[in-house]
This record gives sequence, structure tokens and C-alpha cells, in this order.
Amino acid sequence: MRITVDEAKCCGAGQCVLIAPGVFDQRDEDGIVVLLAETPAPALNEAVREAAAVCPAAAIHLVEP
Amino acid sequence: MTCSSAASRESSGPALGFPLPVYVICDMLGVPAGDRDRFAYWSDTLLNLTRYGQAEIDAAQAEFVQYMSGHIAAKRAEPGEDLLSELIAAGDADNGGLSDIQLLATGMGLLVAGHETTANMIGKMVGMLLADRTRWERLLADPSLVRTAVEEALRFDANAGFGMPRYLREESEVGGTVLPRGTTVVCSMAAANRDESVFDGADEMDLSRSPNPHLAFGAGPHSCLGQALARTELQVVLEVLLRRLPSLELAVPAEELQRVEGLAIGGLREIPVRW
Repeated sequence: MRITVDEAKCCGAGQCVLIAPGVFDQRDEDGIVVLLAETPAPALNEAVREAAAVCPAAAIHLVEP
Repeated sequence: MTCSSAASRESSGPALGFPLPVYVICDMLGVPAGDRDRFAYWSDTLLNLTRYGQAEIDAAQAEFVQYMSGHIAAKRAEPGEDLLSELIAAGDADNGGLSDIQLLATGMGLLVAGHETTANMIGKMVGMLLADRTRWERLLADPSLVRTAVEEALRFDANAGFGMPRYLREESEVGGTVLPRGTTVVCSMAAANRDESVFDGADEMDLSRSPNPHLAFGAGPHSCLGQALARTELQVVLEVLLRRLPSLELAVPAEELQRVEGLAIGGLREIPVRW
């Protein structure tokens, strides 16, 4: 799985960080998403899918192999 | 036992749906849960569209403002381990933090939001899952469905309340009708959540539905601030009910569950259950 995030769309809600903390983080200054792992370990795929699904700004895109 | 709801607290003393979210939000804000009857009343005057006259609403809001102002002053003098103390510590408006009035509005908003919304949703979720008991049995057989079941309950809820007013800054077309710029519209998220063009089998409750792009929490920068808390509370309640009360069932026919009338956030008056 390959993840991309759209910083311009991100509204800093932080849902992704709560669901998949090893994959997503937020910038200290404005809370915008920071992608920690572009291709996460397969064990995290389910959490990453959930993070993408609940993102209020639809700012997380996944490319599944 | 009755399982929730805003209105039934006056008559039957709900045992589950109301107390949990209230204790959690009181703890987060550092306000005493012992004052919950007062919050419940203030909250109801803010969210009930039909029960109160203007004078009652004004008096209740004045009391609420006074209470929260006093609470913030106390936290300023003696900070605790709570959210309001943290917001105060983050600095005032001149330092990139919240002004006094913003802090007051935030405290009041969080307390109200922590009351009616999840409390009502716990009851509605349990009601929907027990109304067709094969749903409950499916969850008993596979508790790993709790997370998707919660999302599906949020999507499937047809009793979501009044809807969100929005002001159109530009001309828009909805369902073939042109709405001019400047129109105020009320968006029904419950209707959007049954959109056949988005959800396969939109009128079926599918406990394993994924992805589930429902709008129960809205979308975009102003989507529900408390959605992570709400999800956690709903998931925990459901998981614990399944584990502790697997034999749970409705004590009345599902058709007899009564809606709360007049509340901006939909709910059921009570959900009588047995186990």
C-alpha cells in the first residue's frame, strides 16, 4: 500500500494520528498532517484504511497494489 | 433498566446512555459531575426547539454563562489536569490562544456537545441493533465488527435531528433545483447517508460496511470536533454490552420505541431492555 496526503486539504483534525500513530503525525505549529511512512508495514494496512475513511477532509489517498 | 436518552432522565432515570458521556466530558473539562442535573437542563434549553419559552431559555443561558465563567476563573487561579486548564495555559488572545469569551464559548460548547449527542446515539445504536436481533447475534459471533458496526449505526440513523443550516455563498444546484446565492439551506445528513448513488444497499444495515463515507459528523474543517471521543465511547459501550450482557433484548416491540420530540439532536425517549 502506498499513501499520499494532501496538505492543502488537511484541516488538522488529527483523526489519522489517533488511529494510526506510527504512520501519521501532525506539525506542532499548525496541526497539519505529517506522513511518517509512505509504505506502511502490512500489519498497519487496516488502520490506515480506517484513517483514510474517517478523514474529515478526505486528504489521505491510498494506492493499493 | 432503560438504556439512555435525554428526555427519559426526568422520568425513569436512564442507567447507561446518559451517564457515561456526561461523566467523561465532566472529567475532561474538570467540572464536578455532581452538577450534572444543572448542565442537563441548560443543555436541553440550548438544543430543544419546542419545549421552552424565550424567557426560560434566556434565564438558563445566563445561569450557564455565570457557572462556566466562575469555573474558568477557578481554573485560572488553580489549574488542574483538565482541558480548560490546558487551554488557559496555552495563552490568551494576544499570545495566539483563546480570548476570554472564546474560552467561555468553548467550555459551554464542549459541555453541551458532550451531553446530548453521544448519549442519544448510544440509545439509538442499541435500539437499531436489537430491533432486528440477528444484528446483535452477528456481533456476538464476531465482536471484531464493533468498529464498522458503530460507523454503520451512525450512517443508518434516520433520527439524526434537525440538520445543519448552511448559507450558500454561491449559486448551487441540488437535485436538479438551482439555489441562488444567499440562500440558507438545512442539510439533512440522515438523507445523505441513505444516498443510493454513494452506498450500495443504502437502506440495509450492513454491520461490516467498509468504506463507509457517512456524514454523521459532517465533513471538512468544521466537522465534529468530538468525533474521536464519540467513536471511542460508542465502541466501548457496544463492546462491553456484548461481553457483559450477551442476552440483551428489547423489552418492548421495536415499533413502540418513542422518539424525543423537538430536540435538535434526535433521540429515543427510552429503550427498555432485559437480559
